[in-house]
Amino acid sequence: MEFPEGLLYTKEHEWVLVENGEATVGITAYAVDQLGDIVYVELPAVGASFKQMETFGVVESVKAVADLYCPLSGEVVEVNEALEEHPEWVNQDPYDKGWMIRIKLHNPDETGALLSAQDYRRYVEEEKSG
Amino acid sequence: MKKEEYQVVFEISDQEQTGRIVNSEGIKPYFFAPEVERKDAPRLPRVAEVEVTRHYTRLAEMNLGVDHTFYPLGSCTMKYNPRFSLRLASHAGATDIHPLQPLDDLQGALEVLFHLEQMLAETVGLHAVTLMPAAGAHGELTGLLILAAYLRENGFTKKKKIIVPDTAHGTNPASCTMAGFEAVEVKSGPEGFVRAKDVESMIDDETAGIMLTNPNTFGIFERDFKKIAHMVHEAGGLVYMDGANMNALLGIVRPGDMGADIVQLNLHKTFGTPHGGGGPGSGPVAVRDFLEPFLPGERIVKKDGKFVLEKRAHTIGRVRAFPGHFAVAVQALAYMIRLGSDGLKRVAEIAVLNARYLRALLEKHFYMPYATETLHEFVITDKYQKEKKGITALDMAKALLDRGFHPPTVYFPITVQGAIMIEPTETESKETLEAFARALLEIAASEPEEVKKSPQNTPVGRLDEVGAARNPRLRYTFPEG
Repeated sequence: MEFPEGLLYTKEHEWVLVENGEATVGITAYAVDQLGDIVYVELPAVGASFKQMETFGVVESVKAVADLYCPLSGEVVEVNEALEEHPEWVNQDPYDKGWMIRIKLHNPDETGALLSAQDYRRYVEEEKSG
Repeated sequence: MKKEEYQVVFEISDQEQTGRIVNSEGIKPYFFAPEVERKDAPRLPRVAEVEVTRHYTRLAEMNLGVDHTFYPLGSCTMKYNPRFSLRLASHAGATDIHPLQPLDDLQGALEVLFHLEQMLAETVGLHAVTLMPAAGAHGELTGLLILAAYLRENGFTKKKKIIVPDTAHGTNPASCTMAGFEAVEVKSGPEGFVRAKDVESMIDDETAGIMLTNPNTFGIFERDFKKIAHMVHEAGGLVYMDGANMNALLGIVRPGDMGADIVQLNLHKTFGTPHGGGGPGSGPVAVRDFLEPFLPGERIVKKDGKFVLEKRAHTIGRVRAFPGHFAVAVQALAYMIRLGSDGLKRVAEIAVLNARYLRALLEKHFYMPYATETLHEFVITDKYQKEKKGITALDMAKALLDRGFHPPTVYFPITVQGAIMIEPTETESKETLEAFARALLEIAASEPEEVKKSPQNTPVGRLDEVGAARNPRLRYTFPEG
C-alpha cells in the first residue's frame, strides 16, 4: 500500500500536501481499502472555514459512511467538483485525481500534530494487527 | 430464473384485462376546474386479480425472512413474531376502528394504549411513555426534542452538545443533528465499552447530555453507565439511553435505575412486532417524571372511569398524526401479558445464552476484537480468513445464503475492520445455532474461488451494489414516451 513521502497524514486517514501556505487534502490508500467502493463524496462550499480536525465532509461507500476531518485549520479555496460525477476516482487514484479540497492555511504551525509517511505506515500496521 | 419472475407489475399490464368491473350506472360525473383536470389518463397497470395475486406471491417467495430461516442480523434484531399476538392484532376490534371516531367508541383501544404505556414505563423504570413515534429512530428524535424543549424551558441556552460514542448506531448522531444539537464523539475504551474517565474529560458547560446504547453495539454492557450518568447530571445535562438493545436487559436491569432520563424502545426488537421493509415499526419513548409535561401529542388519562385525552403544558407537539401504530401496540401488549414479568426475564436470559453459545462455537476460529463478555450479540471479524485466503466478510455473508441462512450484519460497527455481527435472538434452538456455526465454519474452510462464486442458489447472484448506489433507478420508465 502506497503512502507517498512528502505528504503528511492524520490518524483519521486523511493525507495533506502543504505548499506555499495552502494545503490539498484527500484520503489515504488505506482509508480507501477499508471503505471499499466509494459511491458518494459530500464536500463543503468554497469559502467555508474549518478548525483543525473539524469535520469538513462525508464519504459514503457501499460498506459505510465516514466523516472527513480537516487536517489543518483553514478556508476552502477550491473543491474537487469532479468527484460528484466520479466518486470512483477516490478509489482509483486517492493521491491525485481523488483529491478533495484545497485550503488556505490559517496556522501553518499546526503541521506538528500530523504524521510523516513513515509514522503513518507504522500507525496503520498497528491498527491492522489491532 | 425466468424473466417474468422479476417483472414489475407495469410489465405484465395488458390493456385488455381488468381486475375489477365497476358498475358506473347511476354515478354522476364530477367535473373539476379545467386548470386542474389532467390531460392524459393515469397509466395504471391493468392486470386480472388472479395475476396480481400470483405476481406478488411470486415476489414474496423470492424474499428471505425470519419466517423462512435463521436470521441473525446483529444490531437490527430480527425477532420472530409469535402468531398469538398477530391473531389478536388482526381482530376486528383492532383493525376496524379509526382514531377520529368519538372517544366513547374507542375506550377499549385507549385502554390498550394506556396499559402498554404503563407496562413499558415499569419495564424501563421510568414514569411516562408516549407511543407516538413510528419507529426507533423517530423515537430518538422525539426523545431529543423533549430534551431540547426541557433545556429551553429551563434557560440552558448554552447546552448544545451531546456526547455520542463511536460505536453508536448511525441514527444517534443523525438524530442529534436533526434535533438541533451537535454530536461530539467519545471513543470506546480498549475493552469495548465507554470509560467514565473519557467522558469526564469531554464534559463542559455546553454539554446537553449523553446518548448511550446499553448494551452497546458489540453486545457489551456499558459498565460505567451509572458513573457516567452521575457525571452528566452533575453538569446539568440529561442521559438518553438508546433502548434498541433492551431485549438483553428485560427484567434484569432497568435503565431508569441506572440513571437514564429518556429511553426509546424499539417494540420490534424487544417485543416481537414486525420489523424491516413494511414494518410498521414503533419507537415509544419513556421519560422521567419531570419530562412528562414535554411529551408529544395528547396524553391518555383515566378520569371518572373513562379514558380521555389531555394536552400537556409544554408539549413538543405531535410527532405524527395519531397516537401510534395501534396494531403494533396490540401485539406488544399481548406479548407482554402472555409472557408476564418472569417470561420477559427469560426472553433476555435465553437471548444472552443463545448468543454466548454461538460465540463459544465460533470464537476459536474467528478473530474477536474484544475478549470482553457479551450479552445478546457479538462481533467476530474476517481477519484470519482474509489474511490466509482472501475470503472477506461479504463473501461469507453471500455463501451463507446458499446454505439457507440469512447472513448476519457485515461491516458494522465501522470501528472494527471486516466486522460480522451476530444476534441469534431467544427463539432459536440449540440445533439451529449449531447448524449455523457449522455452515459458517465450512465456508471459512472452503476454497476462496468457491466462496467468491456464491450465492448461486438464490433468485439473483451478486448484485451490482456500486451501480445501485451510484445510479439508482427508483422509478419505472414506460417504454414509449
